[in-house]
Amino acid sequence: MNYLTDIFKRSAMALVAIATIGLAGCSDNDSPAPVVPPVVSPVMQDYSVTVTNLTANQPMSPIAVVAHTSDSKLWSTGMAASVALEVLAESGDNSDLADENGVNELVIGAGILVPGGAETISLSLAPADVADLSVVTMLVNTNDAFTGTTGFDLAALAVDDTTTLRVIAYDAGTEANSEAKGTIPGPADGGEGFNTDRDDNDKVHGHPGVISADDGLADSVLSAAHRFDNPVMTIKITRTQ
Amino acid sequence: MNVNQVTKALLLGSLASLPAAAAELEISVTNLTHGNYFTPILIAAHDMDSHLFQAGEMATPALQKMAEGGDIADLDAAVTGAGGVTAANPAMGLLAPSARVESIMLDSGDMTHLSITAMVLPTNDAFVGLDAWKIPTEAGRYTFTLNAYDAGTEANDEIINGGGMVGTPGIPAAPGGDGGMNATGIMDSSSNDKVHIHPGVLGDTDLSAGASDLDSRIHRWLNPVARVTVVVK
Repeated sequence: MNYLTDIFKRSAMALVAIATIGLAGCSDNDSPAPVVPPVVSPVMQDYSVTVTNLTANQPMSPIAVVAHTSDSKLWSTGMAASVALEVLAESGDNSDLADENGVNELVIGAGILVPGGAETISLSLAPADVADLSVVTMLVNTNDAFTGTTGFDLAALAVDDTTTLRVIAYDAGTEANSEAKGTIPGPADGGEGFNTDRDDNDKVHGHPGVISADDGLADSVLSAAHRFDNPVMTIKITRTQ
Repeated sequence: MNVNQVTKALLLGSLASLPAAAAELEISVTNLTHGNYFTPILIAAHDMDSHLFQAGEMATPALQKMAEGGDIADLDAAVTGAGGVTAANPAMGLLAPSARVESIMLDSGDMTHLSITAMVLPTNDAFVGLDAWKIPTEAGRYTFTLNAYDAGTEANDEIINGGGMVGTPGIPAAPGGDGGMNATGIMDSSSNDKVHIHPGVLGDTDLSAGASDLDSRIHRWLNPVARVTVVVK
């Protein structure tokens, strides 16, 4: 959904609220009570999402927290990545996710999530927008590794309920894991981010891990410290209101 | 969501005293690896006392045959002989890296637990496994991931030499045509002869020599190696 649709939806709810109050005021009383301007705001449902980077030395790109409809997952293993996901997985830029079908809200984290770091991101949704949640970020010292979850059912959470997920690293399948100089955008290289070529198997799959020069990949700019194992991130989702 | 749902279902299932009703299952399996194939998959519904394998226990001869050579016939016969039901080889051959087989239908009848195995190829004796997952009695969609296990029956020498028979060292084949040759072999000093989580393969980048015939750029994986969705109807 886009911004205009959202505005429209809130206006429609306000009209319903006014109409309800108007009817309530229609009584037989000859001296109606003073008119109090109604406070019109939809009752929002609030969530907090706390992510922790579990890796040794893989900074994560700004976290994208995405509220979307239940039929619009951001990826599916075994299937080709969308261009928006490819851009994120190769460069860390998550802004294209806002334009994906079915996306109601995109909330972006404060910045790079360092290894060992944690961050809490808040999300406030109109009831009509409460459906599925996705959280996604790039492991920036890789060619196209990302992690997160997609299609978490927010409706399953009552107020004060918490679910914690431990998630694995995925390979977008859009860029060969060459680990070569100039191909990795993170601080290990400072190389290229997104390019339109798809020179891997073009299916989202479990990431095989990085090899590194220390483990026999001669041209790799990565070292043993950049290796990782699953899980790579925890995601704690709480409904706060 | 799914872990939570599964946990909830297990709790409910253990509390319920009702006998399990026949369940129609629709199953999909996704190979999550970058460059490894799954040999013919065996999906088995069986009673609560049966297992295709158990971590920490010795592999049965039937499991060894599957893990070293991909042959599921003996496992299949063992399940059906004990009154279980199976979906054997639903991908009709190999399941390619990052590929999915779906719409596998299995009527579990009065069988209460589900197991899955397939060899991970090319490896010496790695297999993807699900051990006796309690089939939820509550209808719904359940998703979970599977790890790669080491059958503990063959040294992981990483030499591709056609060795798929039980007791024959070596790896049967690299189906992707991406294996090497003339490797001197990895010295596997592990003495663990029980089924255990696979440590992963090493590989190297030398396709005509080196210690391993596997390619470290293609054949490595991190667990989990498969995602399974079971729809209980």
